[in-house]
Amino acid sequence: MPDTAALGWIDIVVILTYLLTTAYLGWLGYRGTRSAADFLVGGRGTHPVVMAISYGATFISTAAIVGFGGVAGLFGMSLLWLVFTNIAVGILLAFALLGEPTRRLGHQLGAHTFPELLGKRYQSRAIQLFSGGLIFLFMPLYAAAVMTGGSVFAATQFGIDFEVALLVFALITAAYVIPGGLKAVMYTDTLQGLVMMGAMLFLLVFTYSSLGGIGEAHQALTDMADLVPAPLQEIGHRGWTAMPEFGWGSHQYDLWWIVVSGIILGVSIGVLAQPQLAVRFMTVRSRRELDRAVPIGAVFILLMVGTPYLVGSLSNVWFAKNGPEIHGQLVETLDGEHDHALVQPMVQDATGHWSVDPARGPVPLIVASRDPARDASGATFTLLGGRSTAITAVGGDADRIIPAYIGAALPRWFGVVFLLALLAAAMSTMSSQFHTIGTAAGRDLYERISRGRQREPSLMVMRLAVMLGLLIAVTISYAVRQEYVVARFTAIFFGLCAASFLPAYFGALFSRRVTRAGALASMLVGMGVSLFWLVLIKSKEAAAIGLVQHLTGGETSLLADHPNWPMVDPVLIALPAATLTLILVSAITRPPEPEHLARCFPERAARD
Amino acid sequence: MLGIEDPWVWLAYLGSILVTLICLLYGWIRRNTADDEPSAADRLWALEEQQVEDALR
Repeated sequence: MPDTAALGWIDIVVILTYLLTTAYLGWLGYRGTRSAADFLVGGRGTHPVVMAISYGATFISTAAIVGFGGVAGLFGMSLLWLVFTNIAVGILLAFALLGEPTRRLGHQLGAHTFPELLGKRYQSRAIQLFSGGLIFLFMPLYAAAVMTGGSVFAATQFGIDFEVALLVFALITAAYVIPGGLKAVMYTDTLQGLVMMGAMLFLLVFTYSSLGGIGEAHQALTDMADLVPAPLQEIGHRGWTAMPEFGWGSHQYDLWWIVVSGIILGVSIGVLAQPQLAVRFMTVRSRRELDRAVPIGAVFILLMVGTPYLVGSLSNVWFAKNGPEIHGQLVETLDGEHDHALVQPMVQDATGHWSVDPARGPVPLIVASRDPARDASGATFTLLGGRSTAITAVGGDADRIIPAYIGAALPRWFGVVFLLALLAAAMSTMSSQFHTIGTAAGRDLYERISRGRQREPSLMVMRLAVMLGLLIAVTISYAVRQEYVVARFTAIFFGLCAASFLPAYFGALFSRRVTRAGALASMLVGMGVSLFWLVLIKSKEAAAIGLVQHLTGGETSLLADHPNWPMVDPVLIALPAATLTLILVSAITRPPEPEHLARCFPERAARD
Repeated sequence: MLGIEDPWVWLAYLGSILVTLICLLYGWIRRNTADDEPSAADRLWALEEQQVEDALR
């Protein structure tokens, strides 16, 4: 395996070339037209490739690549449904259905942030304050996911501690977002997007060709189903090329509910109500630009999320063929035909005797050798040798699967390019996240609370909010290191946005009957139910928060005795509750004034 | 199919490619359909946005 500990001169040349190109493009940008607003002010269109890739680069980050790629390594190709929904919902539906109404309404009302759009549409200061507060409080969680993903990769690639990598990552982020990186410079975003696409294409082709082709690689993964760790099999894992077992009322269906409700539904619905993505629609010149961005956006997402999910799953085959050799004693034969066995790992001492490795439990193995050996007491036994899965190689830590695979399987130079691609992905997403945090604090909270009396200091508030948000995100990354935490933080934030904002956002765009009270009530219910579910029902999050243990005397969920309920994602409960609230409260409250509706929807008013 | 036995998984695999093709088709068909002229409201919005962004630099 390649040495991953030191930074060689090739690495330094690659990094410097990339940084200098980015700096040059940034300098060119700052001299003249740089952001979408500048293009629009100049009356010019943005090239659809630039528009789509800079949008995609905002959407895709280390969370998707390292976090969800690792989850695919753990749970398998069922995650490909998230690729499908990301394109169908996150691109096609979002651009074709929401893009133009959002753009038009935002411009009509002079709204520049997502909370401002909702606040002005419903003529409600409370709605703007509530939305701004929610974003300011919870966006750092999503930023922490991005930061953890990048830091885990850098730590694995350069053989340094996670804490050191996190510190470096945080400093780079601070240097990027605090002085001026908040402004979405479209050409640098596009360069970053193109680097990401190139890296993903290479990764995909390399992985398939190194495993003998598409069909062969998939078949090898299918044949490894019995190597799935026992704890995952018990909750319904049926192999990396199969959906988890579906049903209700037994723990053997838990994985289906984790994957489908938590990861696939939460993220794919949540993307529709992401404040920073909705604002992107407003920066577009026309409907035509939105239409033209759809194909490029779809190809970008296919590569950017499809590749890590496929590679994450297939890394198990690569490690089973080329990973570190493991020796040990037979515990149980799993599949005699393919020579798969459960083996207790052993270590050899200086005298040549073998003893049980106290640090490791039994692992599934593809047996390659059988040799006579002596144990510590001198007795002879058959020593099995062979290789195991990516999950075994990283000790079950899903967030390390993609970094470990790239460090072990790919050329060293690619690891550096991939790190740059990840850094690019992280920076374009984080500049947008912190821009949203800053505007939520400055424009939506500070200016609304002071009712616009002191406009100038809100810029200072924005900068302070960005620094505070960064500090919170770093603290969360540092403090919380749990199972596939990158994907979970992302899913929590996306789910919370979906439940709190989506009904009111749809109502704002498409309905003239939804009322201010209905929208506010639906947002409160969406957030309230989501937080209740996270703190008291969903066992992984509830157990980490700890309140439920105090209330129940040690249980990790109020519904711990009711199988599957503790795995159901909050969005499945909170979104229908919020939608119902929107409809019911709107039905019994006074509709908006016709004059205001005419201002929001002038074309519809003209038709009427 | 493709070495994947579970139809739900290869449906997701092929579905992802298919929906990308649909997006390509959508973009091709609608490439010149919609209007491309910014309105007065669009220009006013962009000017305000530019002022906020410039102040942030």
